[in-house]
Amino acid sequence: MRFPDLSLRALAVWRRNFLVWRKLALPSLLGNLADPMIYLFGLGYGLGGLLPQIEGVSYIAFLAAGTVCASTMNAASFEALYSGFSRMHVQRTWEAIMNAPVSLDDVLAGECLWAAAKASLSGVAILAVIWALGYVAGPLALWALPAIFLTGLCFAALGLIITAVSPSYDFFMYYFTLFITPMVLLCGVFFPVDQLPPFVQTAAAWLPLWHSVALIRPVIFGQLPTDILLHIGALTAITVVAFWIAVVLARHRFLK
Amino acid sequence: MDGLSFTLNRGECYGLLGPNGAGKTTTLRCCLGLTAPDSGTIRLLGEPVPARAREARARIGVVPQFDNLDPDFTAAENLLVYGRYFGLPAATIRARIPALLDFAGLSSKEKIGIRTLSGGMKRRLTLARALVNDPELLVLDEPTTGLDPQARHLIWDGLRKLLDEGKTILLTTHFMDEAERLCDRLVIVDNGRIIEEGSPRALIDEHFPVSPSALRPANLEDVFLELTGRELRE
Repeated sequence: MRFPDLSLRALAVWRRNFLVWRKLALPSLLGNLADPMIYLFGLGYGLGGLLPQIEGVSYIAFLAAGTVCASTMNAASFEALYSGFSRMHVQRTWEAIMNAPVSLDDVLAGECLWAAAKASLSGVAILAVIWALGYVAGPLALWALPAIFLTGLCFAALGLIITAVSPSYDFFMYYFTLFITPMVLLCGVFFPVDQLPPFVQTAAAWLPLWHSVALIRPVIFGQLPTDILLHIGALTAITVVAFWIAVVLARHRFLK
Repeated sequence: MDGLSFTLNRGECYGLLGPNGAGKTTTLRCCLGLTAPDSGTIRLLGEPVPARAREARARIGVVPQFDNLDPDFTAAENLLVYGRYFGLPAATIRARIPALLDFAGLSSKEKIGIRTLSGGMKRRLTLARALVNDPELLVLDEPTTGLDPQARHLIWDGLRKLLDEGKTILLTTHFMDEAERLCDRLVIVDNGRIIEEGSPRALIDEHFPVSPSALRPANLEDVFLELTGRELRE
């Protein structure tokens, strides 16, 4: 349970991942954009045509703001789970790094920061596209940038918990089916949360994506979020606790 | 492991021999501070381990048992990225890369992806990678397992060159000819305990003053089999 032993060497791990990504940056970015955009336009136009305005905006604008959050979450989760697992288990990259003067905790911190950075890029790319399409109210939306990064960090840390205990890639399906997918439906990405029964709303308010949506959607619509500190605090607390758990579990896996 | 104790002299090649499952890799992991022993003390290049393992590892190069070169990078990028884990500036690493690739016999493969290298080339590059921080001590876990005789001899030549330069080597192996050729001193380990320690020549002379075969002189393999028995260890 020792506190994570961190140093700036974590940045060398971050940089290693960045260097690999840079080789395939364009296809990677397009891949991260394509999937959410298909959903956004498909549901936004198709379903949106049948729906009245939601919270004072068109359905597609409502969905666009939610898509920024959901895509950031997905990108961070995929990076921490699938790519992280490849580096940890298949390629044994982590073991190679730990033979140098870099601790396992540094490796995890580098991975977490990297997954958050990559997820931010994908969230920001979507924000830029919907801004160009006119679904963003004004410059207040720039405050979405730190919120997107915090969202990425939070889901990267959560993902690393699963990676640290996972025996194979197949194991990740449980995480996505039991945690990520329900969260998308419970946290107001596709429809306002007040459509949910009150007790479900109360429960869903504990989920990280809830706080992410509560911060990001208002600023995209040019409004100040309510309870800003609560949402930032919740995301930060989940990030710190999740990272610590991931470190403890990874130590169990590697250092026993 | 139980009661395992050994000390390396500067500039020597020290071998850790034993059948599969004898505890060789675990011993190396403990030495590097990657596994904490239940009891006992370890000093690595004068640093207490695991407390200051990170500082010790900064002065050590490691060749692991399984290849873990970065498949997404070229040979030169592997060295550059690995050097960054030691906190070395890129300019310092870049200046070292030509000599390292030359040492590995891979000068012409600088920009070649790892996936196209042969097993022997990968091992040599892994050895070059372990030298990126100009270490005082090299730790090698079964450096030639899985290599053909040609590739194995190239690795041995490289290791001898490093010993001539004054580097210290700690290696595990279960190839007796490898130990006999390279090691100044060695321990034979079985079930986590040391059963014999000494120079290869002294061990052979001690256990087989007369060769067990009329057709050839006694060798380290005779000693090893006498001490660890002939049962399979799977």
